[in-house]
Amino acid sequence: MNGMASLGKWLKLALLAGAAALTAVAPHQATAGSAKPMLERGKGEQCVEDTQFMRRNHMDLLKHHRNETMRQGIRTTKHSLKGCVDCHASTKTGSVAASKDDFCAACHSYAAVKLDCWDCHATKPKKRPATLAGMPPAASETGTSPMAPALAGGKTQ
Amino acid sequence: MSDLHNQTEIPDSSERRDFLKLGALAATVLAPGVMLYGIANSRPPEQGASSKLRWGMLIDTTKCGNGCNTCVTACNTENGLNGKTGPQDSQWIRKVNIKNLSNGFEHDLPMMCQHCENPPCVDVCPTGASMKRADGIVLVDRHICIGCRYCMMACPYKARSFVHEPITDQNPEVPRGKGCVESCTFCVQRVDRDETPACVEACNANGQNAMIFGDLNNPESEISKALSGQASVEVRADLRLNTGVRYQGI
Ligand code: SF4
Ligand code: SF4
Repeated sequence: MNGMASLGKWLKLALLAGAAALTAVAPHQATAGSAKPMLERGKGEQCVEDTQFMRRNHMDLLKHHRNETMRQGIRTTKHSLKGCVDCHASTKTGSVAASKDDFCAACHSYAAVKLDCWDCHATKPKKRPATLAGMPPAASETGTSPMAPALAGGKTQ
Repeated sequence: MSDLHNQTEIPDSSERRDFLKLGALAATVLAPGVMLYGIANSRPPEQGASSKLRWGMLIDTTKCGNGCNTCVTACNTENGLNGKTGPQDSQWIRKVNIKNLSNGFEHDLPMMCQHCENPPCVDVCPTGASMKRADGIVLVDRHICIGCRYCMMACPYKARSFVHEPITDQNPEVPRGKGCVESCTFCVQRVDRDETPACVEACNANGQNAMIFGDLNNPESEISKALSGQASVEVRADLRLNTGVRYQGI
């Protein structure tokens, strides 16, 4: 546990340093010819949080959410990575990280921050697999499950 | 054990019954002849897994078809496994054929992570990646798994696989990637939205009905009733791991 806490601290420091470097360097770089990434608009009306806030803090939200979901089984959708992918997958590649212009890849290559999310997580939204062809859709999808209203209520996009 | 039972049963029995009634309402007729049973789990998404439940599975091997691979295929589809069975391929559930050497009688059973109450994989994990959720589901937190594979060595059921090659096109609900250990999750993504694991659903839809999934702590659940009515065994019960998966007919 101690190990994890100090690792977390270390990561935070590294992130802060990265963010500081970014703000310090970005304007000069922009004028020096490295064009700022052009991002495709997401599908929804607006992001789950303010855009400026997301630019700085999306990694913290994602990390917090990942631990809650993975270890405790809390499955709110507001800050889920799957939600990001559903909304931000490119209309060209269908992915958030397939080409260097895709949503995640564009900024991360600009900022030179390597991201490991896509080693495991799907970069494309996908319908859940039909485990059994011909089976009726899951209760939660037809709205007959008692969980369905709660799930819909938790959705913010 | 009996002390524990008395403590939990007496104070909340009426509450629990109300809860069960709700659970019964969750059984919905979707199409003629097709019933979808909510497994009395319904909880809002912001609520985590509860330690009041313990998920378990009962496998009646006498109903398990020799050579039937339905559960394995369903697992592969749900979790995005490629279905290969080589030494470096992931298998979350596999069919095992057992044979009585004296008379030659053979039959099959599916083997997977037994979701032990006292899981050796969790004991040996140096990072805390191997973990047991409050509701008894044993998982690997890939965010912190370093791929040391101690847990694979510790598991008496050979239930875990190591991912050797990069993976693409994952099921968004089942992230998987190179360098981590993985095993059956009881389809935690499905359980959390009130469905049974893919293998159980497929086995029932196929008419074999060899698998029951449910809450071992709830005396009224289908699985608890089956367990209290007929003999069942844990595989390697001598290890006292108190497995969540039980078998009949072996
Ligand atoms: S069966 Fe193996 S992997 Fe599953 S909980 Fe037990 S020791 Fe861990
Ligand atoms: S391989 Fe991963 S889950 Fe298994 S013991 Fe090592 S760190 Fe833990």
